[in-house]
Amino acid sequence: MNVFIELGYLGAALSFILGLKLMSSPKRAQTGILVAAIGMFLAISCTLIAVYSFEVPSVNVLIIISALILGIWGGQRMAVQVEMTAMPQLVSLFNATGGGCAMLLGLIEMHTWESVVLSQGTAYQLLLLIGSLTGAIAFTGSIVAYLKLAGKIKDVHQTTYTILARVFIVIIFGSCLLFYLGFIPISISVFTYSVIGLSFVYGVLFVLPIGGADMPVVISLLNAITGIATALAGFMQENKAMIAGGIFVGAAGLLLTLLMCKAMNRSLVNVLAGHFNKTTNPGEDTPQTIQETSVAETITQLSFAQKIGVIPGYGMAIAQAQHECYQLQKVLEAQDKSIDYIIHPVAGRMPGHMNVLLAEAKIDYDYLKEMDSVNTLMETYDMLLVIGANDVVNPAAETNTASPIYGMPIIKAYQSKKIIVMKRGMSTGYAGIQNELFEKENCRLLFGDAKKSLQEIVSQMKMMN
Amino acid sequence: MEFIEQNLEALYIVILCVFIGIEVIANVPAILHTPLMSGANAISGVIIVGAIGITLQIPQGHYGALALGGIAVFLGTLNIAGGFMVTKRMLGMFNSKK
Repeated sequence: MNVFIELGYLGAALSFILGLKLMSSPKRAQTGILVAAIGMFLAISCTLIAVYSFEVPSVNVLIIISALILGIWGGQRMAVQVEMTAMPQLVSLFNATGGGCAMLLGLIEMHTWESVVLSQGTAYQLLLLIGSLTGAIAFTGSIVAYLKLAGKIKDVHQTTYTILARVFIVIIFGSCLLFYLGFIPISISVFTYSVIGLSFVYGVLFVLPIGGADMPVVISLLNAITGIATALAGFMQENKAMIAGGIFVGAAGLLLTLLMCKAMNRSLVNVLAGHFNKTTNPGEDTPQTIQETSVAETITQLSFAQKIGVIPGYGMAIAQAQHECYQLQKVLEAQDKSIDYIIHPVAGRMPGHMNVLLAEAKIDYDYLKEMDSVNTLMETYDMLLVIGANDVVNPAAETNTASPIYGMPIIKAYQSKKIIVMKRGMSTGYAGIQNELFEKENCRLLFGDAKKSLQEIVSQMKMMN
Repeated sequence: MEFIEQNLEALYIVILCVFIGIEVIANVPAILHTPLMSGANAISGVIIVGAIGITLQIPQGHYGALALGGIAVFLGTLNIAGGFMVTKRMLGMFNSKK
């Protein structure tokens, strides 16, 4: 019997990695997620079979079954109702549930089997402690990330929080050390509860000062933390499916975190500190000489262009203009023009966010290009439409060493023949700096709501056809 | 040290999984990063295995622990069910005529 259970867990671990592997192509990704889900089902069934016996009080079984049903019902509702623009919030929320689960595991074990925990030795206790505190950090951190992404709390750029967060992390690890050296004379369960409490506060303080455009990094990092908490819990329960699953998630989260940091040319520490190097940029307040354009002129330009690129940013998501992009694409394709979407890795509020939005608007994924693959071909574009993107096309990142975004990889839009930037007004992007692209000879600005502008362009072009 | 000796097998698993995980995930293209993240998120819900195991073992009379166990199982299920379903929904949107 035991062998079959172990084989079941092995199958689950295998299905997780196979599922992730199949995600390397959009064609097979759906199969991948199905494989992983089957693995999960297998793992849960194995556990129910392995631990269940006639000695288990029926009330426990009842609670588990009702929790399962409620969870599936709730999860399904959330998954079906969510708007694609709200995906980062949802992922944060689900991440919070994972972290919360990890934290509760430690809590229950400490509460119910304190004597067993005490007999297990220091290493085991430490694992339990770290497992619950990482879970607690992921829990409150993800909730704050959710609230920020959903716009329920505003950005607070106050260094006080950053400093407080650092103080807390020192207190948390310092007290763990002191406790094991015997300097804190309280029982291990009370100590665990206090550390979990401190971790709750730390999770809040750690995410609170981080700005909106840095959210892709934070979400990835919180995901990694949950993965690590899962792996630690797996270590204690001696469950290899949990270890493998947790580590895979930890690796995915960490990899994406570093990828996002690289795409912003910032170190992880810098992002977590919650501030840009706000070096005063000489000439910051000098008024820019820009050239404005109109819808009619944009249409004329579009009719001359053969190869067109669209650079979407978070502004497109806010304006919900992705469906209009697809309308424009259809009109342009009817005129035998080619169109691409050029996507910066950190555009949006989570890794890959723009791609999901465009896919939602039924745009074929073959049209979605990564920044690196088209940056060398920029001169071949007759025209670029920048929709709601700002810092990611700012040439200051390449030329102005005094700029806070200097060194960040950008989409080299300025190298194309013609650029039209759709913007609400002259406000700066997240970095709070002027965009040197707007002053370029080949750049025009089209002010107004991106969705409305696109609608006008599309309807007028349709009439001309 | 004793602990490491007892859990050497698990340590091997951890180290190998780190490398396999990084290799596999590095191959996921940027256009799928959001589904990758929500999918991975769902996979981290495997922690529910621990939650179910622990909740089944809670002896009679520990109602507080039982309530916490129920919440843990609920949160884990929410993570798994929601995560997988939303990932599937997203992936269903990625289409190609080719």
